[in-house]
Amino acid sequence: MEEKMVFDEPYVAHYQYSVGAVGTKFFTELRDNKKILGMRCPACHLVYFPPRATCHRCLAKLDEWVELSDEGTLITYTVVHYSEPVQPQEPPFAYGLIRLDGADTCICHFLGEVDPESINIGMRVKAVFREKGEGNMLDIRYFKPL
Amino acid sequence: MADRVAIVAVAQTKYEEARPDRRVFELAFEVAERVLEQTGLNNDDLDIRVTCSQDHLDGMGISDVPVSEVLGAQYGAEEKIASDGAMAARYAFIQILSGHYDVVLVVAQCKESKVDQNLVANLAFDPIYHRYLGLDFLSAAAMQANRYMHQHGITPEQCARVVVKSLKNAKNNPYAQRAMDISVEDILRSPVLAYPIRQLDAKPVSDGACAMILVREDRAKRLTDKPVWIKGVGSCYDAFYLGDRELADCDSLAAAAKRAYQMAGITEPLKEIDVAEISAEYSYQELLWSEGLGFCDPGEGGRLIERGVTGMDGELPLNPSGGLLSGCPTHVAGLSRIAEAVLQLRGEAGARQVPGAKTALAHGFVGPCGQLQCVMILGK
Ligand SMILES: [Zn+2]
Repeated sequence: MEEKMVFDEPYVAHYQYSVGAVGTKFFTELRDNKKILGMRCPACHLVYFPPRATCHRCLAKLDEWVELSDEGTLITYTVVHYSEPVQPQEPPFAYGLIRLDGADTCICHFLGEVDPESINIGMRVKAVFREKGEGNMLDIRYFKPL
Repeated sequence: MADRVAIVAVAQTKYEEARPDRRVFELAFEVAERVLEQTGLNNDDLDIRVTCSQDHLDGMGISDVPVSEVLGAQYGAEEKIASDGAMAARYAFIQILSGHYDVVLVVAQCKESKVDQNLVANLAFDPIYHRYLGLDFLSAAAMQANRYMHQHGITPEQCARVVVKSLKNAKNNPYAQRAMDISVEDILRSPVLAYPIRQLDAKPVSDGACAMILVREDRAKRLTDKPVWIKGVGSCYDAFYLGDRELADCDSLAAAAKRAYQMAGITEPLKEIDVAEISAEYSYQELLWSEGLGFCDPGEGGRLIERGVTGMDGELPLNPSGGLLSGCPTHVAGLSRIAEAVLQLRGEAGARQVPGAKTALAHGFVGPCGQLQCVMILGK
């Protein structure tokens, strides 16, 4: 058989992503007080998660923080059956888009403490926090059914 | 300003699971050489080369440079569109309309076999709020599929029919990578990748390239006796965060289509369009995009395929080529859809020809859940 040569090389660079002033406040509250914060737009009044400095609809500057509930409604989900090195969980696991009470947009996160067969769109879920926060999205371990 | 822009030549490689015999820029050269041959144009006749690829997928920064080099760009002009191939063609169209250029070569090339596509897709998400969770385009699409199917009562069987149709059509396409007679049951028995998407609901990993030459109206007649005219183009962007979007609708596609239809003077797309080539990486997308393109009302995508409207003998044959489900790499996808539309309008689509096609639609998208959409209307 004709030889087909391949060069195997990782494409690796280590990045330092600044979370910015908005992200720093969000992650500090999440880490230290287990609070999930969003931001309300002064112009269109939508409450956003994740919090951000600019409303993408009216381009208003956002500075009004809103504490969101740790409970919400499941808008959609998937159960993942394949494995990738960037997934922090072993398959099968579930992702969900959750509209937290008090927010207009959804948070994307894991679903846990639930049989994949019994997950359904519209179900009520509640955040389960990591005991000792580290200041990243996994300070919420997952959302479990209420 | 130029009045009209014509596509005067198109070429595609056969799409294959892997092309270990070619580096990615060699695939680009292969198709570029063929469109130059078809038109008799020389490298010196090209005003600019527009290529389409993405750095992370290529595994190098400024990854257009080695590609443009073999397209004759040294001491000449080149630009790169890091988006879908349809956006590259749209850009070339606008370049010519601007009056700056008369003859533009557009090439999209990609070797998906090079790297785990899910890892590359993961890099497209916000590193802090989303990437960290391990999301990729497949898991995101699965959430869109679930939301869409739940909202509108779309069934897995209706989605599977898209695969059956695509792979059957692909038997008539010499460029297709995957073509077969397959049943709805076969698809529903294939392993679940991310619920509700199964292995056969998804497009395969693919390598290949596509090229075309776009020219100003007054240059077209000398280069071909079968010019295909770009009648309308529209593109539209949707929000960055998945949670900001209503995934069961495709408002950005509807907006892109509206712009393209307005420009082309189309008011009843299902009646006025003779053939459509659209980009669906997963089976549900053909149904959802059909709604966005106005081929049916919102929520009616499932019934559209059940009624056979989009079959080869239907009112609007959709993806006679087999589309992406039959194999075509990302970035090349939308340009390949345009190339297939051009072949249809030239009457050169062989066994997959829709008889008498006069008006065609081609569509491409990029990003998770169809984040950026592009629609092009072509005519004889
Ligand atoms: Zn606003």
